[in-house]
Amino acid sequence: MTGEPLLTARGLVKRYGRVTALDNADFDLMPNEILAVIGDNGAGKSTLIKAISGAITPDEGTIKLMGQDVRFTSPLEARAAGIETVYQNLALSPALSIADNMFLGREIRKKGPLGQWFRMLDRNAMRTVARQKLSELGLMTIQNIDQAVETLSGGQRQGVAVARAAAFGSRVVILDEPTAALGVKESRRVLELMLDVKRRGLPIVLISHNMPHVFEVADRIHIHRLGKRIAVVRPKEISMSDAVAIMTGAMKPPEHSLAA
Amino acid sequence: MTSFNSRLKTALFGCAALIALGAAPAMAQEVSACLITKTDTNPFFVKMKEGATAKAGELGVTLKAYAGKIDGDSESQVAAIESCIADGAKGILLTASDTKGIVPAVKKARDAGILVIALDTPLEPADAADATFATDNLLAGKLIGEWAAKTLGDSAKDAKIAFLNLTPSQPTVDVLRNQGFMMGFGIDTKDANVIGDEDDARIVGHDVTNGNEEGGRKAMENLLQKDPGVNVVHTINEPAAAGAYEALKAVGMEKNVLIVSVDGGCPGVKNVEAGVIGATSQQYPLLMAALGIEAIKKFAETGEKPAPTEGKAFFDTGVSLVTDKPAEGVQSISVKEGMDKCWG
Amino acid sequence: MSGAQEFEKVLDQSDTSVASFDHHSERTWIQSAQHYLHGNPAAVPLIVLILSIAGFGLIVGDKFFSAFSLTLILQQVAIVGIVGAAQTLVILTAGIDLSVGAIMVLSSVVMGKFVFHYGVPVPLAILCGLAVGTLCGFINGFLVARIKLPPFIVTLGTWQIFLAANFLYSANETVRAQDIEATAPLLQFFGSNFRIGTAVFTFGVIAMVLLVALLWYVLNHTAWGRHVYAIGDDPDAAELSGVRTERMLISVYTLSGLICALAGWALIGRIGSVSPTAGQFANIESITAVVIGGISLFGGRGSIMGMMFGALIVGVFSLGLRLVGTDPQWTYLLIGVLIIAAVAIDQWIRKVSK
Repeated sequence: MTGEPLLTARGLVKRYGRVTALDNADFDLMPNEILAVIGDNGAGKSTLIKAISGAITPDEGTIKLMGQDVRFTSPLEARAAGIETVYQNLALSPALSIADNMFLGREIRKKGPLGQWFRMLDRNAMRTVARQKLSELGLMTIQNIDQAVETLSGGQRQGVAVARAAAFGSRVVILDEPTAALGVKESRRVLELMLDVKRRGLPIVLISHNMPHVFEVADRIHIHRLGKRIAVVRPKEISMSDAVAIMTGAMKPPEHSLAA
Repeated sequence: MTSFNSRLKTALFGCAALIALGAAPAMAQEVSACLITKTDTNPFFVKMKEGATAKAGELGVTLKAYAGKIDGDSESQVAAIESCIADGAKGILLTASDTKGIVPAVKKARDAGILVIALDTPLEPADAADATFATDNLLAGKLIGEWAAKTLGDSAKDAKIAFLNLTPSQPTVDVLRNQGFMMGFGIDTKDANVIGDEDDARIVGHDVTNGNEEGGRKAMENLLQKDPGVNVVHTINEPAAAGAYEALKAVGMEKNVLIVSVDGGCPGVKNVEAGVIGATSQQYPLLMAALGIEAIKKFAETGEKPAPTEGKAFFDTGVSLVTDKPAEGVQSISVKEGMDKCWG
Repeated sequence: MSGAQEFEKVLDQSDTSVASFDHHSERTWIQSAQHYLHGNPAAVPLIVLILSIAGFGLIVGDKFFSAFSLTLILQQVAIVGIVGAAQTLVILTAGIDLSVGAIMVLSSVVMGKFVFHYGVPVPLAILCGLAVGTLCGFINGFLVARIKLPPFIVTLGTWQIFLAANFLYSANETVRAQDIEATAPLLQFFGSNFRIGTAVFTFGVIAMVLLVALLWYVLNHTAWGRHVYAIGDDPDAAELSGVRTERMLISVYTLSGLICALAGWALIGRIGSVSPTAGQFANIESITAVVIGGISLFGGRGSIMGMMFGALIVGVFSLGLRLVGTDPQWTYLLIGVLIIAAVAIDQWIRKVSK
């Protein structure tokens, strides 16, 4: 990767009582890449992601977005800065429609007095944008943009969530275990989606346990162990079993790995 | 809400005094008494407490007041009786929420040598208490029934009567006032313990009000739908009567209909003055409580228990018909006099 | 599928339709009905309402099926309808408000007291009553949203508190209708009526209909309304999607308090007087209307229109059965059956996604 990193973190520390979840952890995301974050359970990778997405505030350390220091105290602030997260539980409201879900928390109001005085939503505009965003990602086989999310299959829901993140994430999209709950074919669809999002110029942070998926789509792999980053590797230069060995501590990371 | 029942039970309770118990020597020992009411929000009970407190102060009796949280809350009343026993009270004045269910607790108190007087609401059986001080609700009903019949004169035989009762479970107060009205008006009550088994064509129907304005209005509206020709309305109490009046007013019928009621609360008596209610039977909660305190004092000093009114199973604290349009042959007092004696 | 895994190669030959968003082409008519009801939650109570009006019309005849009787039912349910609107907002957020009736009565007592004891000008007294109701709602909202106590517990507590405050403050004294008429007729504003033929409409009825219509608009066509649904549906998802759930919940309970206070004003019009013992069952009656109206007690589903139909169904049954001449207990029995049926239907409709 060339150029300046888009998002960096240095020396992040987060303690929960006597447990240190983040122990001087670093993080770098380059523009227009898919960066996978892997690590054993308890390695602190989800704490790292929460720190970046604003769900927690680290005790120590700095985060920089495009060279600027940022400090998020809530997911809303991270979102405002252009970092969109698709949570493992998707954060969709099952009874609301696809369009309503895509615009939840950032609805479009009608222009003129109807919107200003009566706060009326511009349903048509929201439908149009929702349909457009879904089509861009090749999801426009959805027949009815007004159907409730709960009537969709797991993969379709994931599609809506990713489309929402891609539509509003101006800088970074974070995907937390996007394929964990999906079947083989649906997982494939979501991987295609990720590549689509990347082609549109948005970098993605992918947290996953699924090594084949990670090795298939990631440009670089951030390996997290014992609360810190111990290596960054390229899938083309390392085997899956070596990556797992580094992750579990069975093998020392290669010398040059952090420079990558 | 109302309360206040009494029930004609033939059982006369033995007045043979249990001299041994409670006949404490008339030392300067302090006499304490308990007042346990159904609730402490209903003006009827508020007045009762007022009467008891005033009399207790006058006679040097220590009074502790307890109440259920809502009408029907018997658990709180049982707990209150237990507290009074533990407290060494000489007597308990009780308006029971559950007239049957409270009996074992009352027995415990009496076994402990406490005089238990049922106020306003007789227990079942009535002799479970040492005495009952209450309004004669049957008479209260009869008075308004007679008054209505006399006031209508000849047209009484073509009257169309709506009955606005208390609750679907037909508590005794409801039955006594309702059936008393019929007796006074000259309607065959069939079984005098049941509302609704009559076949007199003058009865338009019965409905329930929960004893408040809202229920009174709704019940009146329903019965007007059944027969818009209603010209006499019996109501269980004055709030229900006020609600019925609103319903009649809404269809412009308030001038043609005679409303009668029972209670004698101050807003009710004012409504008699204003012509909303034709006549109401007034009862006297203050007197009930004051007499109760006197009886406890006397019992503490002499061991003597109060006796029932002659010919009745309970001590009748009286009822008077309040109206400014007296009817011949029906004894009544004026609104002015009613205002002097009203409660709430 | 350039980068497909080895084991996934076979997918190229397999049916690719799974990932596309199929549109349920082969549904049975029962499934269609289920989907229709899923999208139109007020349809069931509307159908029940129409059937019950038709049924009683056939059994009782003109006495029931007349403009006068049908508008009378509207008058009888107006208060429950207004309180039910407040209850709907709270239940849509997966909460419950047991204190609605107490807030209503307390507000009406404040209005009466301020006029007749302190001599406050009537419009100001009404504003004070509305303010007290709003404050009560805010207290509920604060305890639910900020202190994070369960709504059932919070409102169970405040129900007692507001009711006791009402009794202590009023000393259980009623302000008579005649006094109000003479000095403060504005308090009885919602009792005034107008006629169209034999149909009678009180301002209380108009207020209920307008309020429900307004809230229907707000719930369906504003961001605030969509957020009410989102919170009831899944509060965590709503929060992560950027809904400020805490602020939303406080605003919902506060608005509910204001609506209850409005119901308190309408109540004075309905019963003529200011009575501290009125509205004792308003909480249960409003929850009944909400449930029969097809609004899920688990939050996030249902239409406020359904609540109004639910209240009317109860009104139709109670007047209809009185005119048939049955024991009042039958009304309660049938309403009980309706409640259980409504919840069963709700559960069935929810299964649409499975």
